[in-house]
Amino acid sequence: MPKKEIELPYRVSYLSILDENGQLDKELEPDIPEDLLLKLHRGMLLARRFDERMLTLQRQGKIGTFAPIKGQEASQLGAVALLEPSDWLVPSFREMPSELWRGKKMENILLVYGGYNEGGHIPSDLNDLPVSIPVGTHPLHAAGIAYAMKYRGKKDVAMTFFGDGATSEGDFFEAMNFASVYQVPLIFVCQNNQWAISVPRSKQTRSRTLAQKALAFDMPCIQVDGNDILAVYAAAKEAVERARSGGGPTLMECITYRMSVHTTADDPKRYRTDEEVAEWEKRDPLVRFQKYLKDKGLLSDEKIQAVDEEVKSEVKAAEGRWEEITRKTPDPLDMFEHLYAETPPHLLEQRAELERELAEKRKEADNG
Amino acid sequence: MAKLTMVQAINLALRQEMEKDDRVIVLGEDVGVDGGVFRVTEGLIEQFGPERVLDTPLAESGIAGFSIGMALYGLRPVCEMQFSGFSYLAFHQMESHAARLRGRSLGRFSVPMVLRAPYGAGVRALEHHSESREVYWAHTPGLKMVIPSSPRNARALLVSAIRDPDPVVYYEPKALYRAFREEVPDEEETFPIGKSHMAREGRDVTLVSFGAMMHPTLQAAELLKEKDGIDAEVIDLLTLAPLDDSLFTASARKTGRVVVVHEAPRSFGAGAELVARLVEKSFLSLEAPVRRVTGFDLVIPLFQREMDYLPGVHRIVSAVRETVQY
Repeated sequence: MPKKEIELPYRVSYLSILDENGQLDKELEPDIPEDLLLKLHRGMLLARRFDERMLTLQRQGKIGTFAPIKGQEASQLGAVALLEPSDWLVPSFREMPSELWRGKKMENILLVYGGYNEGGHIPSDLNDLPVSIPVGTHPLHAAGIAYAMKYRGKKDVAMTFFGDGATSEGDFFEAMNFASVYQVPLIFVCQNNQWAISVPRSKQTRSRTLAQKALAFDMPCIQVDGNDILAVYAAAKEAVERARSGGGPTLMECITYRMSVHTTADDPKRYRTDEEVAEWEKRDPLVRFQKYLKDKGLLSDEKIQAVDEEVKSEVKAAEGRWEEITRKTPDPLDMFEHLYAETPPHLLEQRAELERELAEKRKEADNG
Repeated sequence: MAKLTMVQAINLALRQEMEKDDRVIVLGEDVGVDGGVFRVTEGLIEQFGPERVLDTPLAESGIAGFSIGMALYGLRPVCEMQFSGFSYLAFHQMESHAARLRGRSLGRFSVPMVLRAPYGAGVRALEHHSESREVYWAHTPGLKMVIPSSPRNARALLVSAIRDPDPVVYYEPKALYRAFREEVPDEEETFPIGKSHMAREGRDVTLVSFGAMMHPTLQAAELLKEKDGIDAEVIDLLTLAPLDDSLFTASARKTGRVVVVHEAPRSFGAGAELVARLVEKSFLSLEAPVRRVTGFDLVIPLFQREMDYLPGVHRIVSAVRETVQY
């Protein structure tokens, strides 16, 4: 027997429950309580409206560069809805819907993208890491956090989000490997939105799926229709339950689409066609979920309209709070805070240097 | 009190901190069953088990990033880079995250981890096993950078590093691992990070060094006293970041003459910062240009030439004589 097939413990499966035409697979339909269904819808709509508003604010020059989320609401909220407050969320930089769901304040998001470090504030009862910009580096933190949970005998889990481009990074593989070796309670949620700035998924890797990367680590994996919140929820439920009960990590690949720009500094017309975008607009996760909820009798066009008005006024109120905070012009000297627990002498000297400079500038301005 | 090598002293620090605090976790390549390639972590896995002493996969960035996660959760990981020459893969994690998470979260999170790595030349090793790249870390805001020079201060500084609320990169002068023994107290001893140490008092010239180079520097001081009657003051930095410039700038104001010694390449090395601090804080007292006795701006050659690359007693003595006679 010189040559034989090696049986792998897992295979890659694809899950779709509510298709782009609104057709529902009744057998696979997850049992989600009505209030949670409505909360998910509200969360998606809030994220959509806040994203739109941020884009306007950016175009008006009121905030700086940010990464829009349009189209990825379902592929995030379907998964993050499974987390308990004591669980940890480890996001990349396109997880605004998840962050809002978990309790991050919109005004803090505006503060960060408006250029103030103060927006990094995280409430003491929220176990979420701040946004991580270097692609693919943060899943390792999630693996370490999950190891610590296991070491402490907790039933908590960690969930980390990243894109298709991140799966080309070495740190992604190292995180998958560490998580698998130590069998930690961690869910890797890949937001395969088809584009890493201008590089399409097909150039990122020859692998037929991103999910299959888990097979190299004997890790369970699944590919889901990320624009189908029911499928994302069902897959995440299984993964979270496995992690919580000591079954180790899972890789979820959510097939979705970045309907907007990579960041506001990007022009997608250079690398993708309007036709492609139009195709994906037909698969809009929000429209699809609304149809499902209407069919279930949970929503009507009037109710949708009412929720829409509510979330828009929520966004407006947050914007007001953000403007109020920035009107007070945070102290530039605060840049010296929080580098170390205790500020060392050389930084106190440099802080005094800036303090003098600011005083001189104020004096010049007063005299001028 | 026992006479220990630096390897034994570091091991003592790890063991005692692990006994005292179950948040302390040791991880790295071969640190468990093998006890580390230099045996620094010998016996720890037997005493504390594989959940606290992790033989990790061979992935430096992974080790650093995994440690960051543990630290964020409230543990106190002490990770080992097998050689500092392989630590650059971990640099991204340390620079982009370990150093910044406190600030990024406005103090909600912190990363109390230690990254240990043997550094430096003089042990007849392969390529990538002899570098001295401490300034990469020392230049990074948010990190602390510590380099001990003896068994006793190695132990005390590592205990302080483990208890520090911020990430500490701790370089171990591997040329000194078993070079000599020193009395190390059994009871707890710490040494504050961010403080330099007066290793030898003198009045004619100030020598500033750290790590493995402290030894040729101290030998040079003795030789200069004996042969030339030059009385050198020697300052051991112990911490590069945050740098304590109080001792050496005060000493420069007393002696007026300074020689800086390190084995890393000269350009943009620690010596450049020391000279800048001297100019800023002791300029009017200087009687001679500050000399830098350092490694050359080269990739360190293989071991047949490493002693010619490294600053030694001869190079230091010559520089001191010229500085004193200037």
